Amino acid sequence: MIEIKNIYKSFENKDVLKNISKVFNQGETNLIIGRSGSGKTVLLKSIVGLHEIDKGQILYDNRDFTSMGQKLRKQLRQEMGMVFQGGALFDSLTVEENVRFPLDMFSELTSLEKQKQVDFCLDRVNITDANKLYPSEISGGMQKRVAIARSIVLNPKYLFCDEPNSGLDPETSMVIDELIHSITVDLQITTIINTHDMNSVMEIGDNILFISDGEMCWEGNRKEILYSENQKLQEFVFANKQYQRIRDDKINR
Amino acid sequence: MNIFNQTGQYFALLLKVFSKPERHSLYIRQTFNEIENLGIKSVGIVAVISIFMGGIMTLQVAYNMVNPLLPRTIIGLGNRDSLILEFSSTIMGLIMAGKIGSNITSEIGSMKVTEQIDSLEIMGVNSASYLILPKIIAVVLMFPLLYILSVFFGIIGGLIVGPAVGAVTITDYINGIQSSFNPYYVTFSLMKCLVFGFLISSISAFFGYTVEGGAFDVGTASTRAVVNTNIQILVWDLILTQLLL
Repeated sequence: MIEIKNIYKSFENKDVLKNISKVFNQGETNLIIGRSGSGKTVLLKSIVGLHEIDKGQILYDNRDFTSMGQKLRKQLRQEMGMVFQGGALFDSLTVEENVRFPLDMFSELTSLEKQKQVDFCLDRVNITDANKLYPSEISGGMQKRVAIARSIVLNPKYLFCDEPNSGLDPETSMVIDELIHSITVDLQITTIINTHDMNSVMEIGDNILFISDGEMCWEGNRKEILYSENQKLQEFVFANKQYQRIRDDKINR
Repeated sequence: MNIFNQTGQYFALLLKVFSKPERHSLYIRQTFNEIENLGIKSVGIVAVISIFMGGIMTLQVAYNMVNPLLPRTIIGLGNRDSLILEFSSTIMGLIMAGKIGSNITSEIGSMKVTEQIDSLEIMGVNSASYLILPKIIAVVLMFPLLYILSVFFGIIGGLIVGPAVGAVTITDYINGIQSSFNPYYVTFSLMKCLVFGFLISSISAFFGYTVEGGAFDVGTASTRAVVNTNIQILVWDLILTQLLL
């Protein structure tokens, strides 16, 4: 479980996050949603410590991340996995070497055991014949799947995904969503996903935080989101008329 | 104010670079990769430039020797000492700042803007140390070797061009490069090479690591890295020459 309490973050006197609090549950896909520029990525990067927050508290299973020194933070980071918007795979390494990298860096496993773990993770994300290819030689969807494999190779307790579906076609997006959701449930990890993709919200949104202009506007789950009376949320959700129709259909029934 | 801020950031980054590595074996492997990428792959360009540099230097010395009383062996001697003292260290340093330096800045800068460095940080890896330390070690180790190769190829260049155009005979040239040799010149230049190697790798890495934005900013950072490294090489050349010669 990850808990954030009263987080504030500003850049050059511009307030980007204002008093955001939320509990992200273990074994659930927790979504942070909002328009582009609403502060989602800043919030996610603040939670993982890539941005230092101005005020507030971040607790990883009651361990206060904000007051930790660099050494403890590094240890805690070995319990984290992150999938970046562009995949962020290392260009100079093959698919297999990318997934193996965290094991080489931090685990005491033998070479054979590492290989087994790499194969297991690649198999988990349905990558079979691309082990020796470089990231530039595989598709965007495959890159995302390799990034997911790399992020789970050390059996993390916390998984973070920044816009995992950006730049992907609807079908591949659905595959990625299902993959992240099943990994979260199977491995009982705390997953936080940044997205503005309403399909993802409706498919895997167990626990949703909606932010607008850096402020927390609404929280709930995918069942509640269509019926919320929150004006800003409605504008965001029903920008796509399809969801308007789905809600109207359900209400009429 | 900006220059003080940047200098502070540079030293803060160096502090991070020289902290204890997470896994020595990976750093050693990475260092060998960098030795190949930044050092071994530069041998070709060093050889080509040095051969031309030596040849041109030989011609310049020969055409400027208007006094018939001076022995022709001075041509070989002049070429040798120019190469040893300045051309194979400083000029090669300026050229390598362009070749190796821009390579380092663009590689690290691209990793920064594509979030690969963030990705390392999230894994708990000291990204500055993992990416920069092997490059610094590789360049500092390889630059003196490239210097020695440059002197060798420069002398060969003079040996080819001088007699070919009739500026000096082979015997005079060889006698020239063997006369009045001062081994300290080599020691002095090797010391300069260690400093230049460190400047090239660390300054270029700094500009790459601190880049913000996209591809355009990586290009700008590369240019700034090369310009700043060149200035620092010249400043330190002056300081070291004054201190050590």
